[in-house]
Amino acid sequence: MKKVAVECRGIGLSYGRTEVLKDVSLKIEPGEFFALLGPSGSGKSTLLRLIAGFNQANRGELLLDGRDIGGVPPHARNIGMVFQSYALWPHLSVADNVAFGLVERRIARDEIRRRTEAALDLVGLREFAARRPNQLSGGQQQRVALARTVVIEPQVLLLDEPLSNLDKKLRVTMRQELLALQRKLGITTIFVTHDQEEAMTTADRMAVLDGGIVQQVGTPAELYDFPANRFVAGFVGTMNLLEGAVSPDGEALRFDIDGVGAVRLPRLADAPAHGRLALSFRPHAVRMSGASASVDPAGGPQLTLPGVVQSSEFLGEFSRYVVRVGTHRITTDQPHLVGVRRIDDGAAVMLSVAGEQLRVLH
Amino acid sequence: MSTAATGTAPAGAVVASLRRAWGASPGSLLAAALVIAFLAAFLLLPVGTVFVTAFADADGSFTLGHFSSFFTTSLMRESFGNSLYVALVSVVVASLIAVPLAYLTVRFEFRGAILIQTLGVLPLIMPPFVGAVAMTLIFGRSGSLNLLLDEHLGFTIPFMQGLNGVIFVESLHYFPFILMNLTVALRNIDSAMEEAALNLGCRGWRLFRRVVFPLALPGYLAGAALVFVKVFDDLGTPLVLGATNMLAPQAYLRITQVGLEDPMGYVISVIMIGFSILALWLSVRVMKGKDYTTVSKGAGGLARRRLSGGEAALAYAGIALVLLVVLSPHLGLTLLSFAQVWSYSPLPDAFTLQHYATVFAESGFMIRNTLLYCGLAALIDVAIGTTIAYLILRTRLPGRQWLDLVASAAIAVPGIVLAIGFLRSFQGLQVGGVPVTQTWVLIMIAYAVRRLPYALRSCMAALQQINVSLEEAAEMLGASGWRTVRRIVIPLMAGGILAGFVSSFITAAVELSATILLVVRESQAPMSYGIYLYMQSVAGRGPGAALGVLAVVLVALGTYLSHRVVERAQATSRPARATGGS
Repeated sequence: MKKVAVECRGIGLSYGRTEVLKDVSLKIEPGEFFALLGPSGSGKSTLLRLIAGFNQANRGELLLDGRDIGGVPPHARNIGMVFQSYALWPHLSVADNVAFGLVERRIARDEIRRRTEAALDLVGLREFAARRPNQLSGGQQQRVALARTVVIEPQVLLLDEPLSNLDKKLRVTMRQELLALQRKLGITTIFVTHDQEEAMTTADRMAVLDGGIVQQVGTPAELYDFPANRFVAGFVGTMNLLEGAVSPDGEALRFDIDGVGAVRLPRLADAPAHGRLALSFRPHAVRMSGASASVDPAGGPQLTLPGVVQSSEFLGEFSRYVVRVGTHRITTDQPHLVGVRRIDDGAAVMLSVAGEQLRVLH
Repeated sequence: MSTAATGTAPAGAVVASLRRAWGASPGSLLAAALVIAFLAAFLLLPVGTVFVTAFADADGSFTLGHFSSFFTTSLMRESFGNSLYVALVSVVVASLIAVPLAYLTVRFEFRGAILIQTLGVLPLIMPPFVGAVAMTLIFGRSGSLNLLLDEHLGFTIPFMQGLNGVIFVESLHYFPFILMNLTVALRNIDSAMEEAALNLGCRGWRLFRRVVFPLALPGYLAGAALVFVKVFDDLGTPLVLGATNMLAPQAYLRITQVGLEDPMGYVISVIMIGFSILALWLSVRVMKGKDYTTVSKGAGGLARRRLSGGEAALAYAGIALVLLVVLSPHLGLTLLSFAQVWSYSPLPDAFTLQHYATVFAESGFMIRNTLLYCGLAALIDVAIGTTIAYLILRTRLPGRQWLDLVASAAIAVPGIVLAIGFLRSFQGLQVGGVPVTQTWVLIMIAYAVRRLPYALRSCMAALQQINVSLEEAAEMLGASGWRTVRRIVIPLMAGGILAGFVSSFITAAVELSATILLVVRESQAPMSYGIYLYMQSVAGRGPGAALGVLAVVLVALGTYLSHRVVERAQATSRPARATGGS
């Protein structure tokens, strides 16, 4: 089966005066597992339904394998979608649900039976073929919905929050199964989720949406390490943010942080030497030590900040501290090993972040 | 795959832009056009004609003269007052029966609750005009009860004298509307509402008056408005009881005795529609913004408690009394159908099967007519109901809400008014040399129009319960619009459609007020007309009652069947997951 690319070019969609999608441009490569990540109301489901054909764009083009499919009705697109609610038909058996699309394609009866069984085998539900959907568990229903969609060999597979109705443990299992299935079939897959962990663990690449605008597209690691803006930084993982004015100070920079005061900052590749600066870093990039500890001179250029521990949570692998630095609250994760003592609330500490862990946000 | 559906370029572009703008396919537009044509020809045109005639002078110019002569004629003023009085008092009496029963079922845990629910359906399966004769025999001046009272206690109660008879028969027939609506409303009250009041020290009667009843008020009002409209518009009961000094009988008498040209019939029609709309509008108006359906997930409505021994005995005694009265028309009718002679005695003197033999020999064609007219009418109703439901819930066709409004408005059009409108609008119209007003087709269409609101509500409810993603999934897998409707929508709606069919069918089977004007030959007569005809003479009462019993059995069977079907459909088609998409 030929793998196809999906491309959105300048797509805009509004309901009355509400703009739901604003100039969305994306290219999803053939065979890719692509995630659309965003908070609710970001337009990610709308975009997915637009690709399926249930929403119509006001502007822009939707290309499937290089061909504009904007005017093609959903039933003629050969794009498979797994619904958040699964949308299994209660009046049909599991087998009839799966066979539905094949019947629509006027396929011979023997062939339908063979392919239905194969699809049910694929999701491990062959013995449930005669059951009704409401006699299955949530995870099983999910698998039926998946089998029903892949059995028609769609060119593109769309998944609308497919795991959100499952409990946490099942979600992790299903996520791995989904990925394995996608790799096996090689179908271009677009996956909508509001859960960044889900997106990062499964997707080859992902797009972060907010307010109907694509904020950033890239691999999970790119988005995590190099967030393009504050929204992506805050939405993909936890991020600390410091803002202030910079000015040159010899070899280094003088960074006058709002509400904290001036600190020395190593020169950063993409930071201006003058003007406003927004600096971000991940909680686990912060090293925390007692206030009296001297700064390690061999550690290379770094940012150091004095602070006071405000609160802490023990999470097993690490402890998460919230440290007050001036008027800021800095979150820091400290790895936990047997014998490591927890630092008390109210203790004065020194925070340091290595220069290469600092990101300039634009 | 994709090129097949786009078709030739210009046609494809039109289809695509239709989809884009209204979410409607050419097929659904055609269906919409057919529905509009039907409603325009058989509802708007006849009712419009009635209005125009009521306000038109002999030369066609606008006049209020007919209305002023209506209000200066003392018989008309009296009829108007009587109709209003009967409708209002019937609502009060029906409430007195229904409110305690509803409260009992919802509030207490006892077996009588099932009894009350059955009670709620029993009166509806017998048209009031059929029961009226039997009621006269039991509660009339020389009926069973008064004969016994007179003999043993020396006094009688004028249950059936004059308007009392109409009120008595109508409230016994229509109280289930209040009972059912109020029961549902009470069940939908979250127990937390009640607990909060209890917590603040409000209990007993005060709890009912200050919290429970106000929360259930929308349900009560919906039922009460319906009772008012039904009683105000009823023709059969006053006619059978000889209370002709009311509006509907006056309209009937004017049209049949003075003629189709007499403006008074039209004036009465306009007044009847006006009051029906007013009552329904008031109930909606009062309810506006008061959807108190407060029951949240898992909460099971008001807390129930067990009745103590004494309370239970009292409740059962009350229910038994109501049941006895409610069943009296059924009992009376059955007795009458088997009675050789029943006059001036508490019970018939002797029993016979002769009346049933007469009915089968003379009136088999009436049963056939009923099945034919009502079957076709119900078919039209579910077809239109499904179409309107689909257009409203699944397309963005501009003005689609009007279809619902117009089709539902049929409920405010009394049968006699629709019939008058038909006669006037289609007067002189011939199809293939046969005058339209002489055919049974018009009777059938009148049934379809009048019962459309019932079928429509059923179909709307059925489609509303289907999550749109069930249809989208079918489209996704390659089913076109019509294929999706056929393979997914209709099977899932089947229960609702069948329930709509049955409720249209059974209510049409006992409809008299349009029938009585539209039947021109005896060979066209359905059962309802036959019963009325038989009941006109004392000798015909026996066969009339036998035919009535058959009609009741037919309606009861239909009601039971539709209940079973709906329950089964609900059990098998419960959605796999209730959660919706984002």
